[in-house]
Amino acid sequence: MSVLEIKNLHVNVETDQGTREILRGVDLTIREGEIHAIMGPNGSGKSTLAYTIAGHPKYTVVQGEILLDGENVLEMSVDERARAGMFLAMQYPVEIPGVTVTNFLRTAKTAIDGEAPSIRTWLKDVRGAMSNLKMDSAFAERNVNEGFSGGEKKRNEILQLELLKPKFAVLDETDSGLDVDALKVVSEGVNRAHANTGLGILLITHYTRILRYITPDFVHVFVAGRIAEQGGPELADRLEEEGYDRYHVAESATQ
Amino acid sequence: MQSTAMPTPEQHGFRAHSDGPVVPVQTRSERFRSTEVADFAPVTGREHEWKYSPVATFADLISGDLDGSRLEVTSTDAAGVALSWIARDDARIGRAGIPEERASANAWSSFDEALLVEVSGEEAKTVTVTRSDLGTSPRAAHTVIEAAPFSRGLVVLRGIGDARLTENVEIVVGEGANLEVVSLQEWSDESVHLASHFARIGRDARLKHIVVSLGGKVVRVNPSTHLAEQGSDVEALGLYFSDAGQHLEQQVFVHHDAPHTRSRVTYKGALQGEGARSVWIGDVLIGNAATGTDSYEQNRNLVLTDGTRADSVPNLEIETGDIEGAGHASATGRFDDEQLFYLQARGIPEEEARRLVVRGFLNEVVQQIGDAELEERLIRALEAELQGS
Ligand SMILES: Nc1ncnc2c1ncn2[C@@H]1O[C@H](COP(=O)(O)OP(=O)(O)OP(=O)(O)O)[C@@H](O)[C@H]1O
Ligand SMILES: [Mg+2]
Repeated sequence: MSVLEIKNLHVNVETDQGTREILRGVDLTIREGEIHAIMGPNGSGKSTLAYTIAGHPKYTVVQGEILLDGENVLEMSVDERARAGMFLAMQYPVEIPGVTVTNFLRTAKTAIDGEAPSIRTWLKDVRGAMSNLKMDSAFAERNVNEGFSGGEKKRNEILQLELLKPKFAVLDETDSGLDVDALKVVSEGVNRAHANTGLGILLITHYTRILRYITPDFVHVFVAGRIAEQGGPELADRLEEEGYDRYHVAESATQ
Repeated sequence: MQSTAMPTPEQHGFRAHSDGPVVPVQTRSERFRSTEVADFAPVTGREHEWKYSPVATFADLISGDLDGSRLEVTSTDAAGVALSWIARDDARIGRAGIPEERASANAWSSFDEALLVEVSGEEAKTVTVTRSDLGTSPRAAHTVIEAAPFSRGLVVLRGIGDARLTENVEIVVGEGANLEVVSLQEWSDESVHLASHFARIGRDARLKHIVVSLGGKVVRVNPSTHLAEQGSDVEALGLYFSDAGQHLEQQVFVHHDAPHTRSRVTYKGALQGEGARSVWIGDVLIGNAATGTDSYEQNRNLVLTDGTRADSVPNLEIETGDIEGAGHASATGRFDDEQLFYLQARGIPEEEARRLVVRGFLNEVVQQIGDAELEERLIRALEAELQGS
């Protein structure tokens, strides 16, 4: 039984104005197969949490730890974390000029498995996953994310999620910018990965609408760099009605 | 590393004959030209067209005696392509352009015979002309590549082994023809190669010109394209990988001189290792006959290590107000860390991620060659460069 533990995580970022504390003591435990939703206002530090888990060099952990099955994730490089089973679907996926989706996927799969996938099954898997996500097969020969629409970029993230089969995935606002059809397609992809591999999910979102398609086991309200409240799916409904207003005192206290 | 710079009018106002104070603004079309080396003043290295080049390392090519005998040339066979040697007074020489600097004029004054490559017939075809092991003493050469009206073809001019060569390459593209020329420099480490390419594009004709410089101590390939007739079109591409101690230079000139002409200039380079050096100068002149011109030029450099220097100088000169569009871009930068992060976040180790990014960056040009075999070979060659071999 895999488990991802985040303990008392404090994270700083260097800005032109000096060091800024963004995460101020985050505690969170995700077990295999669990779906946790994190909801919070703009600028509360959700992406910072996601990037820190993935190991982005801009963020400095000043206190606390992240453990994957007891292993210290913070000591791993970005690629080691991915090979250990972590995945980040980015809020703003990056364009890689001159590198085709096919080449990229094969390189990533080979890195993660430690060996090249067998050509025949791999091609079938890629084609199948693309068609499930209603991606035209022409995307395979396009450069990664180059000229993709917002929705196409998000599908491409979920395509990787399905093919790379991580243990834990952080989905950073995968729902934003999607129309309702795309939202369904992407949600189905996440649900498939969850059902097929027992994936543990940290679903970061701004809105409750994706929670109509992906049912969380836990909902955490993220305000001013820490978890302000947690509960079950019913907490999302309450946020939908009331917004984040009642947490505002806590938020303004950080500045 | 040097960032984008526009030349000042002073830099721009150089005259070949002047040894004294720099004279005021002069347009590219008024630059001094001659096929006679003696017409040019001795080179000091301060001149507009030499100031980025290590002139002291090839003074012999600029002003010394040159061996003008036939080069060692081998060629693949292709139906519709004929190779022959023609005398230096042949009327087919001197139609595409004439030298604007001394090394080019020295080559012109010194060659015995010119290699003529004639392309005819509407079917697509590829010919590779290889010049190999030209030795270590200074030589001169002249090549004329001519595409007959409405013909189509790809001519690869490849250099391998040793060379100490200054040369002129004329490219004459007949009406409605569609020609691609790839100049591929894979010389040995100590080689010096100075080349001026002069292209004249006929009515509704199209040239795709690609300069690929990988090997050689000093490689300077300067393509000039004269869009001389209505509807002519040039796609000028370049790709270079400069290693420690290497100087790779290209001065690209496009002269829009007729209505509805189009040019796209895209040069991309990577620099790696102490003293790796690249120079790109992109001059575009839109003459007053060139109404409806559509032009864009760009140069991008990817810096892989410390100790490199990339000079990048775009320059646009417009004499008519009635154009479709004209623009330029130039950027020299290090890796995009966000690209690296993205690839690493998918499990790809840092070294491999870097290679993917560089390969991707340069591939943008490779992908446009349109000849699968050559593309494959170049990708492998770039791979070897990246591995530092
Ligand atoms: N690299 C950075 N440099 C400077 N400030 C940063 C950086 N990264 C994050 N911040 C700041 O930290 C705070 C949290 O940002 P973060 O992106 O984590 O918020 P978020 O909750 O994901 O917001 P959103 O809902 O808009 O995506 C913001 O005030 C942001 O401006
Ligand atoms: Mg965010």
